[in-house]
Amino acid sequence: QSRRQRKWVRIVMAAALRAAAGAARRLSVPAIRNTDGRYPVTMIPGDGVGPELMHAVKEVFQAAEVPVVFEEHHVSEVQNMASDQKLQQLLSSVKDTRVAIKGKMHTPMEYKGEFASFEMKLRKMLDLFANVVHVQSLPGYPTRHVNLDLVVIREQTEGEYSSLEHQSVQGVVECLKIITREKSRRIAKFAFDFATKNGRRKVTAVHKANIMKLGDGLFLQCCREMADLYPNIIHDSIIIDNCCMQLVSNPHQFDVLVMPNLYGNIIDNLAAGLVGGAGVVPGESFSSEYAVYETGARHPFSQAMGRNIANPTAMLLSAANMLRHLNLEFHSNMVAQAVRKVIRQGKVRTYDMGGYSTSAEFTAAVISNLES
Amino acid sequence: QRERDRERRVNVQDSCSPPPHPRLHSPPPSSPPQPPPAKYGGRHTVALLPGDGIGPELTGHVRDVFRCACVPVDFEVVEVCASAGDTASLQGALSAIRRNRVALKGNIETNHNLPPAHKSPNNLLRTSLDLYANVIHCQSFPGVQTRHQGVDILIIRENTEGEYSNLEHESVSGVVESLKIITRRNSLRIAEYAFKLAREWGRQRITAVHKANIMKLADGLFLQCCKEVASGYPDITFDSMIVDNTTMQLVSRPQQFDVMLMPNLYGNVVSNVCAGLVGGPGLAPGANYGRDYAVFETGTRNTGKSIANKNIANPTAMLLASCLMLGHLGLHSHASLIRNAVMVTMNEDRLQTPDIGGSGTTAEVVEAICNLISIENCTEPRH
Repeated sequence: QSRRQRKWVRIVMAAALRAAAGAARRLSVPAIRNTDGRYPVTMIPGDGVGPELMHAVKEVFQAAEVPVVFEEHHVSEVQNMASDQKLQQLLSSVKDTRVAIKGKMHTPMEYKGEFASFEMKLRKMLDLFANVVHVQSLPGYPTRHVNLDLVVIREQTEGEYSSLEHQSVQGVVECLKIITREKSRRIAKFAFDFATKNGRRKVTAVHKANIMKLGDGLFLQCCREMADLYPNIIHDSIIIDNCCMQLVSNPHQFDVLVMPNLYGNIIDNLAAGLVGGAGVVPGESFSSEYAVYETGARHPFSQAMGRNIANPTAMLLSAANMLRHLNLEFHSNMVAQAVRKVIRQGKVRTYDMGGYSTSAEFTAAVISNLES
Repeated sequence: QRERDRERRVNVQDSCSPPPHPRLHSPPPSSPPQPPPAKYGGRHTVALLPGDGIGPELTGHVRDVFRCACVPVDFEVVEVCASAGDTASLQGALSAIRRNRVALKGNIETNHNLPPAHKSPNNLLRTSLDLYANVIHCQSFPGVQTRHQGVDILIIRENTEGEYSNLEHESVSGVVESLKIITRRNSLRIAEYAFKLAREWGRQRITAVHKANIMKLADGLFLQCCKEVASGYPDITFDSMIVDNTTMQLVSRPQQFDVMLMPNLYGNVVSNVCAGLVGGPGLAPGANYGRDYAVFETGTRNTGKSIANKNIANPTAMLLASCLMLGHLGLHSHASLIRNAVMVTMNEDRLQTPDIGGSGTTAEVVEAICNLISIENCTEPRH
């Protein structure tokens, strides 16, 4: 008994020390620069239209003379370019640069002996627990809903994506959904901190605690505990099915939404569809150390590969967010304003937004609209 | 006036009257024999569970409309009280449904403050009666202004297992495991049901909604079972779509979907999205079918506590659910009569409740429906 207690005390103390060290690191160091004054950023093009979108980002950055150098890592699970060695290389690169921009790495459907996909392993090892998707109507591109502005925060490392499945009896499969107090508290605090930092008034927890009373009940309880620390922010909760229905009829009632993994996946995509689809919404993932920038609704869009029809808007806006994270405010505003100007003018639009331009034409239009 | 009304009704498309649901497996030899149907002198008896929130007033309106239309159905009202120590009322409701075989219900409120061992009464009802198929028909109505037109989606949702298995435990403090169960038997069963129903309704395409890229074994098994059943129905196209892409497609182009088949939680999400697309929770009826029993309710299963007793709830969903019930009992002429009256009131007379943009009260809408029915029946209209 006493040995177990001592072991437990040792574990707790080690965790506390790690947390303190992490906190110290967070306070002290901003983004690191190379010797030539440029910021290194890890780039993972991914599958499908990922490489084309990354190409667009590189062109725009070159034209805007952004002081960023990309370290590219070509990793793909479907093209047999994903091994443990590559994963380790990628991890060490991200640990050095601390910022990454990535396309979607396609997850094959077949079960080839591994439950966790490459992306899931990456997220778990980097502990990218928070995914933030800022869903905003683009001025000049009317959709069925006007002036939407909501943020979807999703816990990204546990929940239904725990990759724990087994078939104990032939024909009966058990799939485990894991909810822990520690991670739920962490994502709840992240959501409230995000709301405070960005001047948001309300945080809504999305759950299904009427059915999953212990699991989602724990998540909801953690959100409520965190809400006590933020008296100026309104906190309420909504069940996932009602939330989906409200999103399609009256989405303006929502401000910040926080939820576990699977519901986040569904709501991200639903909300992206409300403002124009997977091509226009940027997203970012955070751990306490690292930040990874990508599109909001993650799809490889393999049907469009090589056809030059993908919409670079989402990736460009995400890249602009990345520049803001690197403290390059000037360049960030330049890129974001150029993209918004092209969309507002409405002359050059890709196929998903109702136009006829190619990706290359859109990128060229953004470059020509870059103004210092 | 009477002739003009009759002319109007002939023009209304009675497109949403479904054929009766397909009876699948014969009972296994070990189960007790089904009780004989509760039909005496041409009159059926049906269990009625008013539930909470807007349930009592809506089921009351259904009874009024049935009385007006002279429907040969008697209701046995069973109250379910969802308090802590009271399993007796739920057992009473279950035996009422077992002996009558058909029920109409409002949603029973789940008390979240009770300990987790107390399961939701609605869920217990579904699993005890083995109501494995939940069928929701979401259709655009011409009289209701929505952002999307031409939506006609039939959603078939597995109703007993999946994420709603109620199997959770906290082995270590602060770490909860929630089990999602997918079995081959139930997946095959719901897929068979879906394909048979699609064939009877003359539908061309079934889309299975899943997340098998992440839950490879669980949703992979579901998808595999659907594919096996699909091979036996070459006249129906079968494809599949991941749930996140499905929700995005639903909000941008819902007209591409025909029939959708999915496990429990995705069914909950997708049915609510589709209900929102066609005008809200007050419009879509839902039906729960098992081998022996059938329970009818609103499609999105809302208690509607905030609008209870304010006379603003939309009776359409509950009335259309009662029409589905009449179709199930074989009373097709009465079902068409009530359905026509509801459609004419909503689409042509434009007397609508506030949730779909009108200014009528529930009582006014129900009275208008009853008047139309009595004109058709040549009886005295309600005052």
